[in-house]
Amino acid sequence: MGMTALAGSRLRERRLLLGLRQADMARVAGISASYLNLIEHNRRRIGADLMEKLAAALGVEAAALAKGAGDALINDLRAAAGGVGTTAEIEPIEDFVSRFPGWAAVLGQTQRRAAQLERAVAALNDRIAHDPHLSQALHEMLSAVSAVRSTAAILAETDDIAPEWRARFHANLHGDSERLASGAEALVAYLDGSDQANDAGIASPQEEFDAWLAARGWHLAGLETGEGVEADLADLASGAARGLARDWIGLATADAAALPLAAFQAALAEIGPDPARLAARFGQPVLAVMRRLATLPGAQAGLVICDASGTLVFRKPAEGFVPPRFGAACALWPLYAALARPMTPVQAQVATVGRGGRAFIAQAFCQPDYPLGFAGPELRSAAMLMLPAASTTGQPLRIGATCRICPQQACPARRESSILSEASQSDAAP
Amino acid sequence: MARHVLLIEDEPNIAAAISFILSRDGWQVTTLAEGRTALARLRADRPDLLIVDLMLPGVGGLEIVQALRADPGLATLPVMMLTAKGQSRDRAAAEAAGVNLFMAKPFSNAEIVASARALVAGP
Repeated sequence: MGMTALAGSRLRERRLLLGLRQADMARVAGISASYLNLIEHNRRRIGADLMEKLAAALGVEAAALAKGAGDALINDLRAAAGGVGTTAEIEPIEDFVSRFPGWAAVLGQTQRRAAQLERAVAALNDRIAHDPHLSQALHEMLSAVSAVRSTAAILAETDDIAPEWRARFHANLHGDSERLASGAEALVAYLDGSDQANDAGIASPQEEFDAWLAARGWHLAGLETGEGVEADLADLASGAARGLARDWIGLATADAAALPLAAFQAALAEIGPDPARLAARFGQPVLAVMRRLATLPGAQAGLVICDASGTLVFRKPAEGFVPPRFGAACALWPLYAALARPMTPVQAQVATVGRGGRAFIAQAFCQPDYPLGFAGPELRSAAMLMLPAASTTGQPLRIGATCRICPQQACPARRESSILSEASQSDAAP
Repeated sequence: MARHVLLIEDEPNIAAAISFILSRDGWQVTTLAEGRTALARLRADRPDLLIVDLMLPGVGGLEIVQALRADPGLATLPVMMLTAKGQSRDRAAAEAAGVNLFMAKPFSNAEIVASARALVAGP
């Protein structure tokens, strides 16, 4: 239902323009904020009654929200009118468009641009709230602050404290304040440094694409049913992100055809998540099987794919495994071992380091490609599947996301210092 | 007989501080720096209260609470969980798993003592 689907996007756009919070609007319409969120991302259809309520909350006609994309310009103009108050004449808007098509187009474009910027601001807000680098660093600071507060209170409030305890708490205070100082310095440096990255990243098509696919649970259901996913593409603001999405849809469509869902799930149940054996069963490339494994409905496995330069071109996180948002990843990832040895399966038990770390079986494989034939360049594509494991036996390979946020100080592969200090070092701080 | 609390906290300085203030309040305090041996220790010691950090290396606070709630002998043990901001999703899961009280870092010593007393005094 393309029409209904687009109505969700229009609702969101209008709400953001009016500066309404999702929770407030949901309350007015009598639904939960999470349900409204699903509607706005075109993941739920909107019944006529609810549409009336939502339209009323936004001060527009329900028909305007429900109309198809053909009236995009009129919608933009209505939104423009809504954005600056009620002085604009809404009723004769069709007259305006037919009499001054040029001006109407200019106004519509300005309105769309404003909406895009609003979206960018909203996305940036969202990112600050969910930046894993930032939240890890803040968590670290919070731990140190907790220790300082509690220890200082003991020293201040306990009159009859034994000398050896007093000495110990003084030493702890010293260690924690050193840790706080270097943590604060590192945090400021990180925020300074990430300014540029963020500027470049606001419009990063890769990130927009990641978020788009994540919002769909990494599974494009429309490809399995043959319904198609054209309506979903409308959610992507930038052309570059739509390009990435189209490339992915091309791959996923081929994967879905070559590895039909039911047959693939049956084979998976029979032989387990071994990409090489599944590939042999279906006569398909190992990489196709890995993509399919990570994007089955509800799949827990993480997946990263890189090109020959090691640049990540696909990043699906898993619980306890968060690929870096930008910049280079951990050099110890089995992904890079596979990249250097094309067509050789690499399997390793790994444990992700840091808080919330988990055990995984990492399976990596690299496939070369010669799109221009023997005379052309060799391209490589390597993928690493991260299968959550209950536990590891022996010594798992300890891997991080990227050096900047990795707590493993004494790592032979470290290429730059971390903004995190290892918790256990605080005791031994000089 | 002194009330007994098991404290599982990987930050040594926080563990030292909590251990000190609870000892001064008359508690017998046992501390663990990680979660792997938590369940065995709980079964052996039978403490009156568990204070556990949400984020621990190895086995996390959430897993520990889930496991102990499934153990008939520990199902009613009062549990205080230490959390930091920005873990609302984990916190919701821990609440569902049966944590009795959350203490957000940075906490005050008085809060810890008062909450520990309240938890063993019953509802």
